[in-house]
Amino acid sequence: MALKMVKGSIDRMFDKNLQDLVRGIRNHKEDEAKYISQCIDEIKQELKQDNIAVKANAVCKLTYLQMLGYDISWAAFNIIEVMSASKFTFKRIGYLAASQCFHEGTDVIMLTTNQIRKDLSSPSQYDTGVALTGLACFVTPDLARDLANDIMTLMSHTKPYIRKKAVLIMYKVFLKYPESLRPAFPRLKEKLEDPDPGVQSAAVNVICELARRNPKNYLSLAPLFFKLMTSSTNNWVLIKIIKLFGALTPLEPRLGKKLIEPLTNLIHSTSAMSLLYECVNTVIAVLISLSSGMPNHSASIQLCVQKLRILIEDSDQNLKYLGLLAMSKILKTHPKSVQSHKDLILQCLDDKDESIRLRALDLLYGMVSKKNLMEIVKKLMTHVDKAEGTTYRDELLTKIIDICSQSNYQYITNFEWYISILVELTRLEGTRHGHLIAAQMLDVAIRVKAIRKFAVSQMSALLDSAHLVASNTQRNGICEVLYAAAWICGEFSEHLQEPQLTLEAMLRPKVTTLPGHIQAVYVQNVLKLYAAVLQQRERTGTLQAAQAATQLLVDRLPQFVQSADLEVQERASCILQLVKYIQKLQAKDVPVAEEVSALFAGELNPVAPKAQKKVPVPEGLDLDAWINEPPSDSESEDEAPKAIFHEDEQKPTRPRQPEVDEEELARRREARKQEQANNPFYIKSSPSPQKRYQDAPGVEHIPVVQIDLSVPLKVPGMPASDQYVKLEQERRHRQRLEKDRKRKKQRKEKRREGHHRRHSSLHTESDEDIAPAQQVDIVTEEMPENALPSDEDDKDPNDPYRALDIDLDKPLADSEKLPVQKHRNAESPQSPDKEAVPGAEKKSKKLKKKDTKQHREKERRKGKGKGKGKKKSSKHKKKKHKKEKEEEAKDKRKARRRKAPSEEVAEEPVHNGTLDGEPLPPLSSYCLLAEDTYIKMTYDVQSSLQKDSQVTVSVILENLSRSFLKSMELNVLDSLNTKMARPEGASVHDGVPVPFQLPPGVSNEAQFVFTVQSIAMAQKLKGTLSFIAKNDQGSTHEKLDFKLHFSCSSYLITTPCSSDAFAKLLESGDLSMSSIRVGSITTSFQNLLAKICFHHHFSVVERVDSCASMYSRSVQGHHICLLVKQGENSVSVDGKCSDPTLLSNLLDEMKVTLAQC
Amino acid sequence: MIQAILVFNNHGKPRLVRFYQHFPEEIQQQIVRETFHLVLKRDDNICNFLEGGSLIGGSDYKLIYRHYATLYFVFCVDSSESELGILDLIQVFVETLDKCFENVCELDLIFHMDKVHYILQEVVMGGMVLETNMNEIVAQIEAQNRLEKSEGGLSAAPARAVSAVKNINLPEIPRNINIGDLNIKVPNLSQFV
Repeated sequence: MALKMVKGSIDRMFDKNLQDLVRGIRNHKEDEAKYISQCIDEIKQELKQDNIAVKANAVCKLTYLQMLGYDISWAAFNIIEVMSASKFTFKRIGYLAASQCFHEGTDVIMLTTNQIRKDLSSPSQYDTGVALTGLACFVTPDLARDLANDIMTLMSHTKPYIRKKAVLIMYKVFLKYPESLRPAFPRLKEKLEDPDPGVQSAAVNVICELARRNPKNYLSLAPLFFKLMTSSTNNWVLIKIIKLFGALTPLEPRLGKKLIEPLTNLIHSTSAMSLLYECVNTVIAVLISLSSGMPNHSASIQLCVQKLRILIEDSDQNLKYLGLLAMSKILKTHPKSVQSHKDLILQCLDDKDESIRLRALDLLYGMVSKKNLMEIVKKLMTHVDKAEGTTYRDELLTKIIDICSQSNYQYITNFEWYISILVELTRLEGTRHGHLIAAQMLDVAIRVKAIRKFAVSQMSALLDSAHLVASNTQRNGICEVLYAAAWICGEFSEHLQEPQLTLEAMLRPKVTTLPGHIQAVYVQNVLKLYAAVLQQRERTGTLQAAQAATQLLVDRLPQFVQSADLEVQERASCILQLVKYIQKLQAKDVPVAEEVSALFAGELNPVAPKAQKKVPVPEGLDLDAWINEPPSDSESEDEAPKAIFHEDEQKPTRPRQPEVDEEELARRREARKQEQANNPFYIKSSPSPQKRYQDAPGVEHIPVVQIDLSVPLKVPGMPASDQYVKLEQERRHRQRLEKDRKRKKQRKEKRREGHHRRHSSLHTESDEDIAPAQQVDIVTEEMPENALPSDEDDKDPNDPYRALDIDLDKPLADSEKLPVQKHRNAESPQSPDKEAVPGAEKKSKKLKKKDTKQHREKERRKGKGKGKGKKKSSKHKKKKHKKEKEEEAKDKRKARRRKAPSEEVAEEPVHNGTLDGEPLPPLSSYCLLAEDTYIKMTYDVQSSLQKDSQVTVSVILENLSRSFLKSMELNVLDSLNTKMARPEGASVHDGVPVPFQLPPGVSNEAQFVFTVQSIAMAQKLKGTLSFIAKNDQGSTHEKLDFKLHFSCSSYLITTPCSSDAFAKLLESGDLSMSSIRVGSITTSFQNLLAKICFHHHFSVVERVDSCASMYSRSVQGHHICLLVKQGENSVSVDGKCSDPTLLSNLLDEMKVTLAQC
Repeated sequence: MIQAILVFNNHGKPRLVRFYQHFPEEIQQQIVRETFHLVLKRDDNICNFLEGGSLIGGSDYKLIYRHYATLYFVFCVDSSESELGILDLIQVFVETLDKCFENVCELDLIFHMDKVHYILQEVVMGGMVLETNMNEIVAQIEAQNRLEKSEGGLSAAPARAVSAVKNINLPEIPRNINIGDLNIKVPNLSQFV
């Protein structure tokens, strides 16, 4: 042994330690990779040795290599070995390596549970500390579940060092194992007032993280935090609390009012900039949540803006940055107070720091108005020219587009100006955002009808100079605009002055160098242009010229036919054939223009992105009905009735549209026009856009062709946007004068008429006063008629924080305990003191809960009533509708929240039932097992999720005799499928002793664990209870036979399920379905649901009138979904489950339950 | 929450890589590289915040960094952290390093990466700020060092002797390269005590 030790240390002498490794790597700069692979081989050798010091040294070196990017997961097992070393030095190395490379996918991680538990309870605080630190980095759901209870105990450790670590790690545990939140929360709350500031800070930290994700659940802590805020002097804690308040105030405006004063005081008093900044931030949040415009609050806003200005003007760039950041928050609600600092923000645009410039850009977005948009964009355009890096320039470009297009082009008064800005942007070199510009061009041209003529002229010029845009391969991104240009010219070709020229431009050989998708658009739109040219020529009677155009196409199109792009090729050859046919007709002097343009008749309106989703299913259309009979299947399952679940709507089975002929189409188009004309929500095209267009002054003066070859980058023929700024100013001036004149006139008239109404003669030019240059009618995006209201909020179901949305104010239920590690034997008979909890006490608790529940329910109803009152008072129809929806949504949400915790679900419908006025008989799940003169046995079967395939049978034994019953033993004949868990070492024929004795007249409960293999079928087990009955006469040995019945329902666990998840589940399509119908039901639907919940362990997902969806899960993870519908005197239950046998057995059991109703 | 803490030198060589969310090693290296290129571009006199949204997590995340002589200390944090608070935390961390290594320089970080990790573990745990009081942090570190010493440390005496012999042949290791003025304070910021 001693020799071995010596040998070990001699081996050690030749090992490299971490320093040697680092030094070696530094000395092998040329062949680093080779050297490291050599080192890794050495490390592998070291890991094979028994000496833990050698192993630890090796693992330490691996941690270094991990930092350099080497995968060390292969050594995971060795890391665990080092973690379990007894010396702190080694343990620490092991945990460090684990924290760097373990994650949820590491399979050996489950081996660590016991080691970590041991370390957590170690007498040395540093062992515990190191385990906690490591665990914080690699905790998995399994570890969290198994260790939650141990960590919770540590929260009350005597050493503050451990306490604060335990408190912090709880957040990670909550994330991985949300069920632990409620049981642990009271203690966490307690730690907010821990004497140690570090622990307190940790608790604040954890609660702030929790509250940030689900603030509403933490509102009740506000008073406590308020106290902390006024008493604490720790800036970290203060900052966290103030940030938390910022998240809470939007939910509770009263809190905000209270906060303003102490926060203002802090702002005035603190010298710490970080604290000042957070205070300002939270005051802003408060002010946003309060109704604006209250006089005493405008002072607070002023204070904030003033402080922020100081920050922005500071020479410290960090403060400048944060000042701008906070300013953008104020901007959303109080734009006026920020707009006065426009100078400062524009100045920041020139800052050398890109982060600051970006922030300033963000602010600009909210500062534009109709008045200053042109000015601001002009300034940005000069920045675009100056910008050095492409990223910043691209950012500027997107910002310009964002600013201009925000809220449906609200601030644009002159779309000609906007189009010319877009055209100017196409000159940008190397931008990635060509598609953005193109999208804007298309959007504007489609939605602003009045601008089309101008847009078309600009686009045709752009097409004409396409060689400039597309010539440079480096500027490939920008050639996307040609896509838009070609489409606009084609679609609105009726506005083109010289379609022939544009047609020629689009057929140039150069075009074939463009990307395929753009060429495809070119080809398609060439035909549109051609149609326009034909029409023009035929109208003027120059048939010769029309034929020339045809010839042009016939000559040029073949270059596209040869294209490598399939789309281009296909379209081109199609169109070429068509044109050749037209040519033949033209040769016979047949007028063709009408027919060719009929190809593109009708108008394309923009369609809202969500439109498709909102198309309602027309009445009488059954999307699930087969169009053709399905191939007959021998299995009977398919004969199940049609699915009733809503999710089936989404299946893309659509009846094929019958072919419609031209006439029918025309008729329909007419009908739609009629419909649109009558629809007040449809913004119609102005009857004469041309005429209005002429109202815009000065457009004629702009030179249309202005070829400037000396500056090749400039797209010729484009009026500079600057000119518009000037023109716009003139126009506004004129408008103002006109308005003044009118006003005077009005006043005169009024005076003449004798009206004495006050009339403001103050001359201020507000936004509203500026009339747009073009009478702009922005065509709204089309939605299907009677579109479904959107109710789904796009929440991410995979959000890890969503699981933590747990009501924390509800009293803890008995079942809500953290899993405690038990010895295996403990699974079978429980100690009597634990199980002897008299039923009465439980019941009283239940009653209490019931009361509070009812109370809450009443309150909820009251709230609803109020809502209704409000609804009635509101006159606006639309508003009313909206409110109604909100109210509904709220109720739904509430209902869902109420249903969340599993243990409540079974009871809840009961309360609802009582509210309905129909009392429900007390439900008991215990049923008789066996009875004789000595003893009465009742039992219940429960399953729990934590141990799959295990069920617990609770048997209540009641002594009916005058004898003393002892040595009770329960034995069951195991079946292949179901076996009783017996103490270790016992044979299958041994009974399990009941851990208590029964004096006369006493009852007690014992629990027995059974393992089940298949849960698809109900099971019956024969068993015997043997006991010794002892009385004055002596003792006798007695036996009582029984039959244990495991119903399928007993394998189900009440599991709450959100309606989203429920719908997803049904959509997944891997559930088979079955259904039953039970007639002559007299009880109310409410009671019916309660019974199903109680006896069959289901939870209600959603209930609408006499229809409810319910959900449950089996111990083995089968999902069971039910749809219960009440008809007249009958109830139908449709079920879906991943296991058809289980489902049919379940439904049979349910049939029996329902038949008793 | 803090998502990651990276320390690298002026040439982008990692000196400490601590992620609080799992990334495979190659992604980690890529993040370090990209972060390095982001901060390298920036002058020392511009702001210490960077919106590096695409690197880790989403737009909620920010890079907050400080540059000390040859080293960059970069924290990637989400919006629940106070920006100026994290700047102070970096300062606390560096000052703690300075105390524990006595005039810390890049070489200390190079050769004692494990120790740097242990110090960091007393400041930040699992992505959450554990302690901001420097005296408390140093006290805990020293207590653990004493514990390690009492156990004989990782390198037992013979090994240390060997390593001393090995050192003789090597060119002299430059020591005491100061990393410049460590007492760069955020102006107008009160220290968290």
